Amino acid sequence: MTGIDVDLPVGGVAAPAPRREPALATVPTVSTPSEVERLRHTGRRRPRTKVGRVLAWIALALLGLIFVYPFVWLVSASFKPRTEVFDNRLIPQSFTFDNYVQVWQEAPLALWLMNTVIVTVLAAVTVTLSSAMVAWGFSYFRFRGRGALFGLVLATMMLPGAVTMIPVFLIWNGLGQVGTLTPLWAGNLFGSAFYIFLLRQFFLGLPRDLFEAARVDGASQWGIFWRIALPLCKPALAVTLVFEVQAVWTDLMRALIYLRDSATFTVPRGLKALVDAFGFGGEWHWEIIITASVITTIPMIIIFFVAQRQIIDGVASTGIKG
Amino acid sequence: MTSEAIRAGGRVSERQVVPPEERERNRKRASRRNILSAMLFLSPWIVGFLVFTAWPMIYSAYLSLTDYDVINNPNFIGFENYAEMMSDPKILLALGNTAFFTLVQVPLYVIVSLALALLLDRAGRASGFFRTVFFLPKMTPPVAVGVLFLLLFNGQTGLVNTVLGWFGINGPAWTTDPAWVKPGLIFMSLWTVGASVIILLAALRNVPETLYESAKLDGAGFWRTSFSVTLPMISPALFFIIIVNTIAGLQTFDEAYTAFFGAGNTTYSNDAALFYVIYLFQQAFEFLNMGYASAMAWLLFLVIMIVTAIQLLVSRKLVYYEGDR
Repeated sequence: MTGIDVDLPVGGVAAPAPRREPALATVPTVSTPSEVERLRHTGRRRPRTKVGRVLAWIALALLGLIFVYPFVWLVSASFKPRTEVFDNRLIPQSFTFDNYVQVWQEAPLALWLMNTVIVTVLAAVTVTLSSAMVAWGFSYFRFRGRGALFGLVLATMMLPGAVTMIPVFLIWNGLGQVGTLTPLWAGNLFGSAFYIFLLRQFFLGLPRDLFEAARVDGASQWGIFWRIALPLCKPALAVTLVFEVQAVWTDLMRALIYLRDSATFTVPRGLKALVDAFGFGGEWHWEIIITASVITTIPMIIIFFVAQRQIIDGVASTGIKG
Repeated sequence: MTSEAIRAGGRVSERQVVPPEERERNRKRASRRNILSAMLFLSPWIVGFLVFTAWPMIYSAYLSLTDYDVINNPNFIGFENYAEMMSDPKILLALGNTAFFTLVQVPLYVIVSLALALLLDRAGRASGFFRTVFFLPKMTPPVAVGVLFLLLFNGQTGLVNTVLGWFGINGPAWTTDPAWVKPGLIFMSLWTVGASVIILLAALRNVPETLYESAKLDGAGFWRTSFSVTLPMISPALFFIIIVNTIAGLQTFDEAYTAFFGAGNTTYSNDAALFYVIYLFQQAFEFLNMGYASAMAWLLFLVIMIVTAIQLLVSRKLVYYEGDR
């Protein structure tokens, strides 16, 4: 926990707290590491009465139950036979694995999972590397028009996806890639504005002397980026990677636009197809949909617990920069 | 300037022996090389911007003036698509649905996330655990959230109405009654409030303790402190959440599309859940009216720009940035 302010973008972005000092010149702000750490650890800043804290805990416990219960409900329902799915019991009355067997028979789930893994890995790796490259171009080099160009990068974040959606579809259509997995990740080869912003902030926080020293030692421009800057940037790269994994794994719209054949579906697209086939449209086999939902969601829950620190700190930093 | 030259040109020692004019030439050459390297690093974005943003924007503007079904060549029809939009009742319906959703959902979202963040800020050691609990739903794929909506909010069997029944409330048919579909979707969306909670919690923790101490010394009570210290200090984060969620709300798609649209739904009316981007998607990829859909996209862009501009203007008065000049 101690290291966070040094090696995560939260620190990189937030710790310099650009606009903070002047207005409060006479008031010491939270600055020493130990103090920051204390706040992070206990989350208790102002003295509270014991009663107040207990009340807060009770409220949190109730709210926490509301936030967790849909998961519990879903997992529990996936182990119930068809007739009992909607009985709202916490523990299934009759416990069964049939739904998992059945969903595997009804849908090419293994194929969907594999497609999703392929797209997710390719998308996350390419966007991380390309965004890091561009971010480095914007943070290390000084050239005329840099500010304006970077402004353009930020401006593209404002553009609703709907505006470019159709021509981009026509590009992939022209290249004969509609119906394949390519359009779901290949756009990531060119970096993404939000990650470029995130990584640039991080690069700007690195001491410049380090790169000058490498330069004097004869390192090439690429060498400085690849061997010195990038390894130092690992925490921010991890945040980018994890954010993109989540974004791609859960993406529905692109899969709806580009994927036609069930064999090429990603899991969210497949789940939507199951909703169409077994839900309101047809056979009312909600237990299949429920089970497929569990299978779609579980990998994200695992990712969250593996990379919780990166995710939470990454999210927190997006707000502070705003 | 000299440090620039060193940076670009290389060794410090060169500076002492090389005559000024040659040094200048070296510097220029080095700076050209510098720009070249910079451009190489920027090239992925530049290519991507031209191919996937700039050209699509221009082409989309052109398509919005045509009748285009992908199979036949675009047929130029001037502003007919825009004129048609004005008389298309579904556009009005979709705009109304989207406005309702955004106007109700964003304030609720902000209130709920602020309440949760304030609770977490007071929770002591438990805050880390509950932060995780509140964030977890955000990881759920939106398709699964759409499925959960259909299940939990089902009028007869859903958990929500079961729980309401314990309190003697006869819950509505959330998933089928047109009057309750949007409120239901809004309630469901509050489940994924986690990211905003974390952003606000970080902002609350960033308020310097000393401000509270001096407020206390000045005799400020709870309300006074909340409105004069806490609220101004976290207003940039609040504003960020409002802007981001408004833009997202205006483009809401996944959950409602999963629950009410697509190949399967022949059973019940889904007019109440026809949000703007859903209708746009249908026009583009289900009816293949690419020209019409492009015109719709530009209207959406215009609406988002106007709404964001208004929010920015209002924020100048209400948002407090420290050290703002």
